[in-house]
Amino acid sequence: MKKQLLLTTVLGLALAAPVLAETKNGKELADNQAFSLTMIDSIKSFDPQLISSVEDADVARSIFEGLMDTDQDGNLIPAGALSFTVSDDKLVYTFKLNPASKWSNGRMVTASDYVFGWQRLVDPALASEYAYYMELAQVKNAAKVTAGEMPAADLGVKAIDDLTLEVTLDNPIPYFAKMVVNTSMFPAPKEVIEKFGDVWTKQENIVTNGAYRLTQVVDGEKYVVEKDPNYWDAKDVVMSPVTYLVVNDDDAGLQRYLAGEIDRVPIPSGKYPDMLAQYPTEAHSYPSACTYAYIINVATGKGSEALHDVRVRKALSLAVDRNVITDKLLKSGQTPAYSWTPPTINGYSMPGIDYADMTQDQRNEAARKLLADAGFGPDKPLQITLNYNTSEGHKQIAVAVQQMWKQTLGVELTPNNYEWKVHTDKMIAGDFEMARYAWCADYNEASTFLDLWTSYSTNNDGKYSNSEYDKLLKDAKTMADPSANYTAAEQILATDMPIIPIYDYTTSRMLKADVIGFSDHDPMNNWYAKDLYRVKQ
Amino acid sequence: MFSYILKRTLGAIPTLLALIIISFLLMHAAPGGPFTLDKHPPPEVMANLNAKYGLDQPLLVQLWRYLTGIIFHFDFGPSFVYKDRTVNEIIAQGFPVTLAYGGWAFVFAVTIGVSLGIVAAIFQNTWLDYLSIGTTIGASVLPNFVLGPILILVFTRWLGWLPGGGWEGGDWRHMAMPIIAMATAYMASIARITRSSMLEVLTSNHIRTARAKGLPSWKVITRHALKPALIPVLSYLGPVFVAMITGSVVVDMLFSTAGIGKFFVDSALNRDYAVMMGVTLLAGFLTIFFNLLVDVAYAWIDPKIRY
Repeated sequence: MKKQLLLTTVLGLALAAPVLAETKNGKELADNQAFSLTMIDSIKSFDPQLISSVEDADVARSIFEGLMDTDQDGNLIPAGALSFTVSDDKLVYTFKLNPASKWSNGRMVTASDYVFGWQRLVDPALASEYAYYMELAQVKNAAKVTAGEMPAADLGVKAIDDLTLEVTLDNPIPYFAKMVVNTSMFPAPKEVIEKFGDVWTKQENIVTNGAYRLTQVVDGEKYVVEKDPNYWDAKDVVMSPVTYLVVNDDDAGLQRYLAGEIDRVPIPSGKYPDMLAQYPTEAHSYPSACTYAYIINVATGKGSEALHDVRVRKALSLAVDRNVITDKLLKSGQTPAYSWTPPTINGYSMPGIDYADMTQDQRNEAARKLLADAGFGPDKPLQITLNYNTSEGHKQIAVAVQQMWKQTLGVELTPNNYEWKVHTDKMIAGDFEMARYAWCADYNEASTFLDLWTSYSTNNDGKYSNSEYDKLLKDAKTMADPSANYTAAEQILATDMPIIPIYDYTTSRMLKADVIGFSDHDPMNNWYAKDLYRVKQ
Repeated sequence: MFSYILKRTLGAIPTLLALIIISFLLMHAAPGGPFTLDKHPPPEVMANLNAKYGLDQPLLVQLWRYLTGIIFHFDFGPSFVYKDRTVNEIIAQGFPVTLAYGGWAFVFAVTIGVSLGIVAAIFQNTWLDYLSIGTTIGASVLPNFVLGPILILVFTRWLGWLPGGGWEGGDWRHMAMPIIAMATAYMASIARITRSSMLEVLTSNHIRTARAKGLPSWKVITRHALKPALIPVLSYLGPVFVAMITGSVVVDMLFSTAGIGKFFVDSALNRDYAVMMGVTLLAGFLTIFFNLLVDVAYAWIDPKIRY
């Protein structure tokens, strides 16, 4: 009897095991778990502390791992760290590391690896373009170390023991924990970097700690990663291999997707409605945390004198029919922007902006009145120029806005396009009246947007300066809940109108219908290859 | 002959030097630099970047360091944008790709172009003439950024015969469309030059003599007309060959070949100074080299030419 029970159990399990092993979240898995997607350009660097491009970060998140990851809703989940505690004054964070986390050369990932990675991010010798991120995260002494005024060892990060990492901040920002998700805060393998120097990221030298290993690199063409069986959560990793293909042209990429060569591609501009109609289960579009705006030069003695008058700036912003731009030109589900911070940012609630709720006719009416008050009209037309970086898309929007301003306000706008570097150079030099600009979030919190228009921001090319605004944002760094300050700051921007926000970005992709694991509502687009799997159709 | 080659080779050195200096100065004269970025790095980060790459040194010092790097170490510098790669690596990886599809495109363009040009000249003003020249002009008039997507649509999407891009180490299926896109660009001009050159030769005295002697037409053409007709074509082919093997930005972008053509434009747009200098030098060197080769070939074709 006992023997029979045992036999039945064993037999039952043996039969069930294949079925049990091949489901995830209740869905049966497909046999083919290979996945390919595109990148617009070659990888610039695999080194987590040197990465500044979004696509490079995507690859780095598959082969490396940091303290925390985010889930599909943008919430923090354990990764290299199992948990963390915060001191009462909110200045000290203590992370308890995952003891099962290993480097691909077998060694355990320790707190010293994080210390080394963070120190080298701000080390002047490495000269990382992203070094300022440590400053943004308010880690103690970050700015001084980057400027070479203090040694890297003085950075506010310490290894208490192998599994305990202690971080000290300059200001008790409530969103610090979110910031460790960024690839620049990943650990780095010291002995490997010291041994190989600049070439440590070559495929034959690189040592990684993520869910995947880098198995093939053909520079400029493709990068292949395969599941690392020693990863601490290897049992949950399904999709493998993952191939990142460099495809420089979005239209060619779409054709290859439709021919079945690639599993995920960006949808070329303007093609989303067609793709959605033809392939409703494969075309996706969701908000991403970037804003498109025209910056106005309000520096003393620079730019257009007319634009120094707030009434003129407001009139221009009112007269832009943003719905025409999003619905007729862009067509990928973008939304009009009346505030600088996109509404999708975590924890941010858009304040009521007066002109957001008006109809376009009401806005046009208000605009005409404001412009007349400022002294411009048919006998004295306002003449201004707009700089934008060369692109069909920017040109279309500029021409549309030119028409809107001409018809509604009699404004004569001259759009000028410049090659991207020249455009950026002019902005930095303050050589513009109005300039097209866009900003994407460095981290999922409103200050990444609002800090830009403080008088001390390096990116404030229009040189907008408002001491009340500055104070609101400085104070926000020490408040437990800064949302009131953010709301007030946006209201100040709407009152002073130093920028004309136009629309909030979306990410639009074609994705094979059997692939699960990409979030359709994470504005930071922080996806992890280890979350992906294909279901049987 | 040997002293001629030696003189030309030595003369190439000051030419290349002038190329380096002028390119270097022009590059740095353009507004913006490699670290003029959307997200402007704060001053301390900029200072570190400039120090690391020597961009805070005076221009002549930078030029000197660049020159000595090449002459003594054959090191063309790091890429400012592709931080894991050096210029040497970029060229070593990208040039063979472009050489492969550019070389084959050249073979096809020359074979087809010259043949059609000869046919057109022999059968001047007949339907063969119009057809040959018409086809090549049609192929050339279609720019490769129009032809490329059409090729992808037809061969990848509709027929499924060829992959839409990538290189896979030079597999012929990945080379086919880049070759077609590249070759068609030059076929018409090669055909037209061949045709007019051939026409000129066919009306010359020695051809009349050959015909008067009673030689069959094909012998007249192959033994007496072809070689002299090819001289103008040859001088055109030198620069064309270099243009083809240094690749096309459009072909590289459309078919994602990872060739060097794309770097000519990208490095300029990125202000990636070392890469720009590297590819410019490569193009300059190849031009000088192949022009020399063409001149030497003249001596073989035309016994009257002696150096």
